[in-house]
Amino acid sequence: MAQIGNTKVLAGVKLSMMEPFADEPNKGVLIMGAELLPMASPTFEPGPPDERSIEFSRVVDRGIRSSEIINMESLFVEEGKVLGLFIDLYVLDYGGNLFDTGTLAAMSALKNTRMPKIESGELIRGEYTGNLPLGGYPLSSTFVKIGNFTMLDPEIHEESAADARLTICTCEENIVAMQKGGVGAFKKEEVLNLINVSFEKRDILMKHIR
Amino acid sequence: MGSHNPNIKLIVDGKRLDGRAFDQLRNISINVGVLENAVGSAQVIWGDNKVVAGVYGPRDVFPKYQQKPDKAFIRTIYSMATFASIEEHSRSGPNKRSQEISFVLSEAFENVLMVEKFPGKMIDLHITVLQAAAGTRLAAFLAGMAALIDGGFPLNEIAAGVSAGKADGALVLDLDKAEDNFGQSDLPIVYNSSGEIILLQMDGKMTRDELTESIELTSAKSKDIMDLIRKAVERKYAGEVKTELNFR
Repeated sequence: MAQIGNTKVLAGVKLSMMEPFADEPNKGVLIMGAELLPMASPTFEPGPPDERSIEFSRVVDRGIRSSEIINMESLFVEEGKVLGLFIDLYVLDYGGNLFDTGTLAAMSALKNTRMPKIESGELIRGEYTGNLPLGGYPLSSTFVKIGNFTMLDPEIHEESAADARLTICTCEENIVAMQKGGVGAFKKEEVLNLINVSFEKRDILMKHIR
Repeated sequence: MGSHNPNIKLIVDGKRLDGRAFDQLRNISINVGVLENAVGSAQVIWGDNKVVAGVYGPRDVFPKYQQKPDKAFIRTIYSMATFASIEEHSRSGPNKRSQEISFVLSEAFENVLMVEKFPGKMIDLHITVLQAAAGTRLAAFLAGMAALIDGGFPLNEIAAGVSAGKADGALVLDLDKAEDNFGQSDLPIVYNSSGEIILLQMDGKMTRDELTESIELTSAKSKDIMDLIRKAVERKYAGEVKTELNFR
């Protein structure tokens, strides 16, 4: 579980045997899901994923997928059989900045994901062969702009007052995902400056991954 | 963006597979006023992308809880036809990808529209991708933007965007299907006429320098696309073209 301020996100990783996608028969499959539990906020409703939860899971997904930290070919089992890596984000309490908390939770969970034992093409539940190897840690920084001020890690009131929002996910020397949100606009130089800030703030987030 | 595949060459003899220079866009044509019933409409052909947009409103908000007392509620529905892409036949109706695109397009359109002129009402933008070949969200934005102008909606700004990305390590603009599938990154950006960024998404890998250069290149090209919108509207009012759907 990751907690930033009052936001708590629990990430669970599960591996299951499945058919590969037709266009990538020799690669495993990464599937990200997100549940905004109604217990987490009076503004979350029960029911199928709404646009907020879709954007949340897709932004976290993009950071992890683009950084190529998981060798998807290593999830190949045999012809027509690959491992599916299911990462599910459960928002338990919502106090703003879902994206950064979700990415942190997902990376923490991936770090201690155990690889299941596979015998003659079957997955043996409860037996493991070591941890899932990771090639790095994509981590995101989210900023909001309110009037002329831009601030990192918005809490819930700052988020609702924000004109615009920008999430930047970095891994090693690369920017691996970005998502702008909100009705307001960012100037070009603002975006470039925030990219520099997000590289600086990575180290703080990194310390929390155990 | 699909998966990076180092075995597929995207740059041969300093040119892209379709012969374009690195900063050259595909051909774009815009035609406005193409639908009978919609308040405003447009079709866009951008490379092999074919997109139609129709705008309705301002009208009463349904469902009613989405009503906003101080401004219009903008609902953008981006959808892709089941036969639109080169891949398998797809299911009709929204999926996570199309819902996310609809959401970010709505926010960008709310920036350009004078939403405060229509408190408590809604403006509906329906955008359908009939043929898809990479860059559909920007083609969809362009069609929606042209349809809003065609419908005479009051605007703060006009806006347009283009994507930057990396193919075989080279920075290129307006990714085509192969570059989108096998390139190393994709960065769609929409700018308003003041040069501010109103839509931005990115996936793949880019360094800070590549990103800085991408922003410079895309902001310059977005102005060219805004000119195409202006010309399309002028053509309609000059009566130079018959405004009807034409996908050839």
